[in-house]
Amino acid sequence: MLEVSDAVVRYGAITALHGISFEVNEGEIVTLLGANGAGKSTTLRMVSGLQAPVSGSITFQGRDISHTRAHDFAKLGVSHVPEGRRIFPQMSVEENLEMGAFRRRGSIGEDLERIYETFPILKERRKQLGSNLSGGEQQMLAIGRALMSQPTLLLLDEPSMGLAPMIVDTIFRIIGEIRAAGTTVLLVEQNAAHALRLADRGYVLENGRIALSGPAAELLVDPRVRAVYLGEDVEAGA
Amino acid sequence: MIRSFFQRAPIRRLLVVVGVVAVVELITGPPGSNQYPTSGFTGSYSEAASFFGLFRTQRWVVFVALALIAWGIVEFWTRYGAAIRSGGSSALAGPRQVSEKRPVRVGFALALLVLGILLPHIVNNAFWQSALVTYVAIYVLLAIGLNVVVGFAGLLDLGYVAFYAIGAYTTAWVTGALPTPPPFGHALDAFWAIPFAVVFVVIAGVLLGAPTLRLRGDYLAIVTLGFGEIITIFANNLYGITGGSTGTKQIPHPVFHVGPIKYTWGLAPVPYYYLALGSVVLFLVVFSLLQRSRVGRAWTAIREDEVAAESLGINPLKFKVMAFAVGAASAGFAGVITASADNFLFPSSFTLVFSINILVLVILGGMGSISGVVVGAIIIQVVQAYLNHTPPSGYQQPDLYIYVGALLITMMIFRPAGLIPSRQRRREITLYEESHEGHPDEVLLGDDV
Repeated sequence: MLEVSDAVVRYGAITALHGISFEVNEGEIVTLLGANGAGKSTTLRMVSGLQAPVSGSITFQGRDISHTRAHDFAKLGVSHVPEGRRIFPQMSVEENLEMGAFRRRGSIGEDLERIYETFPILKERRKQLGSNLSGGEQQMLAIGRALMSQPTLLLLDEPSMGLAPMIVDTIFRIIGEIRAAGTTVLLVEQNAAHALRLADRGYVLENGRIALSGPAAELLVDPRVRAVYLGEDVEAGA
Repeated sequence: MIRSFFQRAPIRRLLVVVGVVAVVELITGPPGSNQYPTSGFTGSYSEAASFFGLFRTQRWVVFVALALIAWGIVEFWTRYGAAIRSGGSSALAGPRQVSEKRPVRVGFALALLVLGILLPHIVNNAFWQSALVTYVAIYVLLAIGLNVVVGFAGLLDLGYVAFYAIGAYTTAWVTGALPTPPPFGHALDAFWAIPFAVVFVVIAGVLLGAPTLRLRGDYLAIVTLGFGEIITIFANNLYGITGGSTGTKQIPHPVFHVGPIKYTWGLAPVPYYYLALGSVVLFLVVFSLLQRSRVGRAWTAIREDEVAAESLGINPLKFKVMAFAVGAASAGFAGVITASADNFLFPSSFTLVFSINILVLVILGGMGSISGVVVGAIIIQVVQAYLNHTPPSGYQQPDLYIYVGALLITMMIFRPAGLIPSRQRRREITLYEESHEGHPDEVLLGDDV
């Protein structure tokens, strides 16, 4: 579905991605792992059009999208939940969700109901302002908003960031449900243990290169991954 | 300990009030002189003055009394204002909900419109009838246009006067008042300058917007400031086209002539007032419909978070350029009315200060709030007209900037969202006060992350 090959991204003189290649197949959850500054967010920015690669190619459903602009991605069926949630603070929950359907025509009532079924808390708070929500609720709103465009591919940038462990569990369960409902997911995470348990496959980024890749179950037991990204966490959490 | 004393909110407010009153004393006091540079300063506080016509006393007594009264009002309002506004049930309000009171607003707008139509007959006085056009209606038209750019889309435009100038110069060009021949070699009535002017300013808005609106915040402000200056410099120096610094004095009054209907505007101000009022109403309707439309939503989204808006499929550049062009349209209209009512125009009318004046009207009224901007512009402009017409002793025209500056500072401290805050801005400010997590201006101008 999504194929990235040899993509190089530079910010001025600094090369953030040194030619990375990966693919996401239809119906999968693929996770990109890596430490701070490894290039995870840059990769997502690239596959959502916010940052164009200087070389290499990105194809989505057979179309070259390496120079498609960010605002045209919604039309293609790619929806990006940016890092830090970025909900509209002064719009109500419902207005935020309506913004998610900006590029669509026709009625959105059914989609709203569907989102409210997935996230009942959002229905309760539909008239409240985005900024009055808790962090977890904001994350749910950001995901719900992205789903309003009926994407075929959902890009999630660190959905667990800054959330309590219980909320993280809920968010990850919902990501699983989203995939079950037919949306492919590309998940960028620092929380490697959680992400690998949910994902089908994973890629580990290091200094702008893909250092490791493989089925999630294998990465979860890979000694290098355990040493660097999981540490004691996997023992305690598994 | 001293520090914590000054950090207490009531003390801080007292200091602010004392500061404001000190400035007011100073600007209403006697002027200084070359021989005694400090005489203006000392006189402002030591001279005898009348206390609201009740009794005469030293100015400093008035000063202290005024400061204490003002402080008392401020303290009372801070403590009990919220309860008064919400009918005493603020404690039970619960989580903030989105609410709208549209029927009330529509009724209020209609009442204002009726008042607007009757106004020239109520103020049956030559100065005020002309002031209603030159001081009020034109500025309302400009302020609601700039409000689209600054208030709706969150773009700080310091060169708004350029669009006003383009509107005025287009009128002069179309009617054959400029050295350069009119379009198709045939001079038109000033009335038909309106479509030309609107089209021209919209094109100018797109031309300026397309390359510059990729910039954000301060950077955009600087570029627009430059644009405003460029237009004035062009007008000043392109003798063969614009008539240079002396401009032109031959712009005819507008004539509306379609089939059997013919109406000629002349020297009388009232017909211009109705022309201006009509265009204000037209733009008010267009702008409020736009605000509630998909486009308005996109502007709000871009203002609140440009990256998020982009990832939802909103093309920020397209909507920002649209805001620029739409906002410019009313300035073009205002340019036509001014040029044809005055019959003359000079480049020196279109200065940076003019742009800033309009911006002040928008800020004082309430950015993004159409009703606020209209009311704010009317109040400020009526006061300005009054001060120019019947100046108090010692008042000179430039003094107005001191008053407006003091008013602006006071407003920013006590009512930062403006006179009648927009729904969005009201939320932004209250949220800021509740959470202190982000500065409201970051929301307004869009952060640069």
